[in-house]
Amino acid sequence: MQAILALDMLPWLIALPLVFATASFLLGPRVARLIAPSGLALGLLAAGCLAWQVGIGGPRRQAIGGWDAPLGITLHADGLAALMLAMTAAVALPVGLYARSYFRHRPGGVDFWPMTWFLLASMNALYLSADVFNLYVTLEMLGLAAVGLVTIGGHAAALSAAMRYLLAAVAGSLLYLLGVALLYGAHATVDLALLAARLAPGPYAALAAALMTTGLIVKTALFPLHFWLPPAHGGATPPASALLSALVIKASFYLLLRLWVDLFGALDTVAAGQLLGALGAAAIVWGSVLALREKKLKMLIAYSTIAQTGYLFLVFALVAGDRAGVAASALAGGVYQALSHAAAKSAMFLAAGGMIASMGSDLIARLDGLSTRLPVSLFAFALASVSLIGLPPSGGFVAKWLLLDAALASGQWWWLVVMVAGGLLTAAYVFRVLRRAFLPAAHGGVFQPVPRTLEFSALALALVSLLLGLTATGPLALLAWHRA
Amino acid sequence: MSLNQTLPLLVLATSLLTGLAIFFLAEGQQRLRTSLNLGGALAKLALVGVMLRGVAQGQDYELRYPVLPGLDFVLRADALSMAFVTLSAVLWLLTTVYAIGYLEGSPHRSRFFGFFSLCVTATVGIALAGNLLSFFVFYEFLTLATYPLVVHRGTDKAMRAGNIYLAYTLGGGAALLVGVVWLHHLLGSVEFTHGGVLSRLPAASHGDLIVIFALMIAGLGVKAALVPLHGWLPAAMVAPAPVSALLHAVAVVKAGAFGIVRVVYDVYGVEFAADLGLLVPLAAVASITILYGSLRALGQDGLKRRLAFSTVSQVSYIVLGASMFGPVGTIGGLVHLVHQGIMKVTLFFCAGNLAETLGIHRVSEMAGVGRRMPWTMGAFTVAAFGMIGAPPMAGFISKWYLGLGALDADLPWILAVLVVSSLLNAAYFLPVLHVVWFRPQEAPWPTEPPASRLETHWTLLLPPMLTALLTLGLGLLAAVAFSPLEWAKLVTAREYQR
Repeated sequence: MQAILALDMLPWLIALPLVFATASFLLGPRVARLIAPSGLALGLLAAGCLAWQVGIGGPRRQAIGGWDAPLGITLHADGLAALMLAMTAAVALPVGLYARSYFRHRPGGVDFWPMTWFLLASMNALYLSADVFNLYVTLEMLGLAAVGLVTIGGHAAALSAAMRYLLAAVAGSLLYLLGVALLYGAHATVDLALLAARLAPGPYAALAAALMTTGLIVKTALFPLHFWLPPAHGGATPPASALLSALVIKASFYLLLRLWVDLFGALDTVAAGQLLGALGAAAIVWGSVLALREKKLKMLIAYSTIAQTGYLFLVFALVAGDRAGVAASALAGGVYQALSHAAAKSAMFLAAGGMIASMGSDLIARLDGLSTRLPVSLFAFALASVSLIGLPPSGGFVAKWLLLDAALASGQWWWLVVMVAGGLLTAAYVFRVLRRAFLPAAHGGVFQPVPRTLEFSALALALVSLLLGLTATGPLALLAWHRA
Repeated sequence: MSLNQTLPLLVLATSLLTGLAIFFLAEGQQRLRTSLNLGGALAKLALVGVMLRGVAQGQDYELRYPVLPGLDFVLRADALSMAFVTLSAVLWLLTTVYAIGYLEGSPHRSRFFGFFSLCVTATVGIALAGNLLSFFVFYEFLTLATYPLVVHRGTDKAMRAGNIYLAYTLGGGAALLVGVVWLHHLLGSVEFTHGGVLSRLPAASHGDLIVIFALMIAGLGVKAALVPLHGWLPAAMVAPAPVSALLHAVAVVKAGAFGIVRVVYDVYGVEFAADLGLLVPLAAVASITILYGSLRALGQDGLKRRLAFSTVSQVSYIVLGASMFGPVGTIGGLVHLVHQGIMKVTLFFCAGNLAETLGIHRVSEMAGVGRRMPWTMGAFTVAAFGMIGAPPMAGFISKWYLGLGALDADLPWILAVLVVSSLLNAAYFLPVLHVVWFRPQEAPWPTEPPASRLETHWTLLLPPMLTALLTLGLGLLAAVAFSPLEWAKLVTAREYQR
């Protein structure tokens, strides 16, 4: 056990996907397909090992090449980072298995593997970075890889969606970089811990915080800056959509959470927190309304992402209060929402991909008869829906419970109303899909059989979203290890 | 884990694992499906029997699992839960036998029986839940497990009924959730405890507690079909007859009523609820529901719709019993929890037999059917008299104790409600019986099956015969050990022992 505790996982979590990205690019899609499962499994093993280490021994830190901050680059993993890394690896493995099967007879396999490995590398690097400039670099890398994933498949619509996404992503990064520049100019360091010690309230600090926050909410697609998300997530291939909706937007949310908790804590953020919460509430309502009116399955799921992202931003309204217990509960609720949404939404996109491949149509109106043709996919979709609605015993329920509790404890009952109404709206739009699937087959279309991998990888992720509700004490205990 | 910890889990597993296994069966594997169904139901019944004896002797059956820091998932068998668990286990077995016969040859049977078993799992979970969180988990699970049964036929009408059902029950679930979270915020974990747990909260929170009570009763009242939250129940009548039987006797409606009993006795405590002035409004709502349901039942020609409005009315007797302060009323409400289930399941079995065998769906088509299906209609008659409250049926025992309880609690107007309601019950059941037995057949039956020795398939005939016998037996033998009445007295003694 001591031997495992002594292992240094941090550099490997970045190096491993980079090695696989290079290999996939150089050796071609056949080899890439072949080596992907072992690489993804190794990644999950490493992330799991790190989570275990942090859970036992507390946050870990490693200076690359022995050069410590402020000169060198240090990698840093606390409970929150370890959870995000574990989430990334746990979603990537089933999505990768799905993609192997999905791209077997479809174009896009050539680009998918290098792009995905690059995406995983930049996300892992982001979670392990501890200075605001490295965070910028990883954020930019992540944005580029994500835009690349949208273009796979090559439809004209996907290309224009990717273009919009690119513009939004670059604008977001630039705003963030401006904030970083302001901070560096004032305090002559980019290290998060050092900055936190030196940051004092004032107009510069407030401006920097506003710029960085705005940049990051563009990337997280918070209402009303969500315009780029639906075509990008709804138009990409199913495995790409799953990675984008489940993981990529969580990275910028993580960064925002990190900054607000670790850095901007010194500033007066109550009003700004309420503003973010209000935008989140608007996102819940507006995203759900769009999902209720949508005719296409994958677009409905993409709009659902906008609504579900709204819950994440309620955290900022709840965290900004002064009571310590409330902040912890709200933070835990937000992180749990991120985790369970990652599992549930990726399950949903994968299941939808299988359904669409089978029915030959993306229209919800054509899903009738599905309950007998693809029961496993439909079950995965339903299970993921339970988590999105926030019904027990899913991870979504635990998240909602914690957030409701925080709202009550901080005396902000209006968020309670928003969350409960959001759950009902979610039920309304997911049951549009489920009820359709229960109808007897009416249209004369032909059902294509679907490889079992497509069905069961979706089910695996849906089960993870359920399992998160049954084993909440573990992740929540890990979250208590906060970087000093 | 000791046996006493495992037993509640095993009782859940007998139907949960059965349900999950059945989903994976092909449509044609009928023999295996039937064996699984009956095996699960019998195993559950046996385990429940063991637990029933243990609880009577004062054994503790409890299983805890931490969900969140300071918040456990708890399964616990106390006297009150055993009343509901036993009812569910017995009626699950009978309804399964009935459903096997009823659905013979129809499509999607694996799906149907899978969700059927999940539905029973949720009901038993509701009964065994040891705290509010666990109760809520199973309460929502029940909503989801029942939906596919309501829309089973896949017709437009069924889909619409499903939408209405979901809108009502998910809305109710949301109200309940707010109440549960709020209570947890005030108190920490809310364990079901005899005599209630809230009386120790400071007086400053009493305003909150009244609002929470209203929220929780609204959330539970949707499933218990309290007026004006009852709209989904008549619509859900489009479901196949075994589903209606299950919905009205044990699963959904009863879950709501059971929840109200739990909240009044084991969360608030009946004394504390009375002190807060919560019981009289609850009794008023229950009374309005009793009268309204009976009045609406009068005008229904559709047999199942008439029975549905009758359920609206009858389930509120349980709520009425819970809202009267005093042990006698409590006994009346609790015993009706069991009696109503057995009588109502009989009526729905019989209505299903008429529909399945002769294609009869309306009261106006039933003239002379007593001669064609004497056994079915005999069972129907016994249950109908039970519903009216005529001695010596089980329903008489319920009404007797409720009436005594009303006098005991010094609420004579409740006695008036009971009398008027019994008259109305008679007014909507006796004409049916008259048409069935004393009028000649007026038109050929909508469908006429080939001649056979029995009036209908034995799997359809046996369950209502047994439940009708129970209706009679539970009334005649009410004083025997382990009868619902004696058990209700045991529960009541434990609730009032403080």
